[in-house]
Amino acid sequence: MANSVEIKHLDLNFGAVNVLKDLNLEIAEGEFLVLLGSSGCGKSTLLNCIAGLLEVSDGQIFIKGNNVTWAEPSDRGIGMVFQSYALYPQMTVRGNLSFGLKNAKFPKAEIEKRIAEAADILQIQPLLDRKPAALSGGQRQRVAIGRALVRDVDVFLFDEPLSNLDAKLRADLRVELKRLHNQLENTMIYVTHDQVEAMTLADRIAIMKGGKIMQLGSPDEIYNRPENIYVADFIGSPSMNFFDGEVVGNHFKGGDLDLPLDGYTFGPGGAVDGKAVIGIRPEHIITGELVAGAPVKLEVPVELVEPMGSDTLVYGTLNGQALRIRMDGQARVSLGDSLPIGIDPSRASLFDKASELRL
Amino acid sequence: MAVTDTGRMDVGAKRPSRLFKNMTAKIAAIPMIATALVVFIGCTAWTIYHSFTRSRLLPAPDKWTGLQNYDRLWSENRWLVSIENLAIFGSCSLVLSLVIGFILAALLDRKIRFENTIRTIILYPFALSFVVTGLVWQWLLNPDLGLQNVVRSWGWETFTFDPLNNADIVIYGILIAGIWQGSGFVMVLMLAGMRGIDEDVWKASRVEGIPTWKTYIFIVIPMMRPVFVTALVIISAGIIKVYDLVVAQTSGGPGIASEVPAKYVIDKMFGSQNLGLGFAASTMMLLSVLVVLIPWAYLEFGGKKER
Repeated sequence: MANSVEIKHLDLNFGAVNVLKDLNLEIAEGEFLVLLGSSGCGKSTLLNCIAGLLEVSDGQIFIKGNNVTWAEPSDRGIGMVFQSYALYPQMTVRGNLSFGLKNAKFPKAEIEKRIAEAADILQIQPLLDRKPAALSGGQRQRVAIGRALVRDVDVFLFDEPLSNLDAKLRADLRVELKRLHNQLENTMIYVTHDQVEAMTLADRIAIMKGGKIMQLGSPDEIYNRPENIYVADFIGSPSMNFFDGEVVGNHFKGGDLDLPLDGYTFGPGGAVDGKAVIGIRPEHIITGELVAGAPVKLEVPVELVEPMGSDTLVYGTLNGQALRIRMDGQARVSLGDSLPIGIDPSRASLFDKASELRL
Repeated sequence: MAVTDTGRMDVGAKRPSRLFKNMTAKIAAIPMIATALVVFIGCTAWTIYHSFTRSRLLPAPDKWTGLQNYDRLWSENRWLVSIENLAIFGSCSLVLSLVIGFILAALLDRKIRFENTIRTIILYPFALSFVVTGLVWQWLLNPDLGLQNVVRSWGWETFTFDPLNNADIVIYGILIAGIWQGSGFVMVLMLAGMRGIDEDVWKASRVEGIPTWKTYIFIVIPMMRPVFVTALVIISAGIIKVYDLVVAQTSGGPGIASEVPAKYVIDKMFGSQNLGLGFAASTMMLLSVLVVLIPWAYLEFGGKKER
């Protein structure tokens, strides 16, 4: 598959601060890539570099094979959707959609045709003559997407487009975005700090920290095989349980934990004895009747119970540390109970203590 | 619970009188309300009334003369010159300070270096009183000391720029000083307005390939409407009451060429001890303000309910 966007050795400095460091990224044609990270990780900065709104310090950016490192944003074949919508408030929706085209001297009939098409795809025909102030947040965001749509761009850039919406609307628009991507088959690059958005929308996720990509992979890889402790900790809510210990001859030993690693799939490095950290997701801790069949069985005291309807979060103690367990919503657990749990090492993640990389 | 119960829990309770709601706030507002009533409305009415009397040094409410003061006012050449000057000074200074202020703000808004320093320098004239501004520009425009002399000393012997001594263009000499003083303030207002515009709007217009000047004209200026209204009101108030600048720069000269209405009022009231005529002139000034203000207020606030 041809690469739609290619980023080679990208550096960006603000004064003496390195915001992006030697960043490489290849995005395939029609791919939905999500840049995920906490605030200040450089994800929006990277997006602005791709858009051409920030001048890069070093490196190159290619879009559809053209080197656009120094091209104006409007010449790059990109459309951008912003968190604050950035609609022009004094113009109607139609005005917002047509302003860029009029400026590019498109014939009137062509503008009308494109607006009609975009309005049809986004279902905003009834709103065309309203002003942005008379629209709801979700409608405004749809108009903002429409503004990119009418320009018939190769790459869509989304800068936290759903962050200003309430939870219900966000979920709805997320589904619509996914449908839109399936329909248009454009390359889309999407910045967010919301891991649910990332997991649900992305073909691939790039998790960023300190201007570097910590892991680039499919949502499944990111979730099941995080490459380092940062990614393992970042993805998942509630986050992964980590326990310090040691790998000694195909066993992980640490406090009350003694896990045989027969079922664990090691990385290319294989099993190396030494200090290690094991990460177990709260939802991968086996409870209830299934404990009987689990490779490792333990009992933990229950410290706190958070019923959430669909599931119940139970806080126990293991090795003197809090242990988060996600149980079925129907589970009845009380404070002070001794809860039998099971651990399946094949679903855990093992990291080297010093390098924090996956073993 | 009885079936007839309406479900209201406050059946026995009485709704407190609206008059006594927020008592502290109401008490605190009384002095300002009184000031507004007595000073703005009361004194205005008093002034208008006395403009129909033959008051000289002291108000004489019993000597009613009807429109005599107004007849005299409109037959006096000095008043007509004053009105004409105000019209020229007002329209030019309104347009120019808005345009210059906006352009300066737009230039400063382009993320330039030393922005703070430049902003302070441009705003600095605003910190001076009109009297100081007037004197400074009187010197700068003085043919023997100022601009004309400097240019002639560079070798351009026939250069003439002497507005303050030329009755035809003296008002433009005052205009220069007024704009020099006022445009910095307009710039700061505009700059504050521009800073309030979402940076994403700029980004969006760049991504769409809209040139900067077009973004300013079609997107930024419409978004800054409230700032423009504020600037307009402040500049207009300054124009109507312009007095000290003229006194310091030209004292209304040469002859009566740079007279303005506010100066006419002060001169009549305290110089010629003719309160009635002075009041008639100030009533005319009030009237001219209202002619502008009422249609504007009607457009701005009156149509709101329909929108």
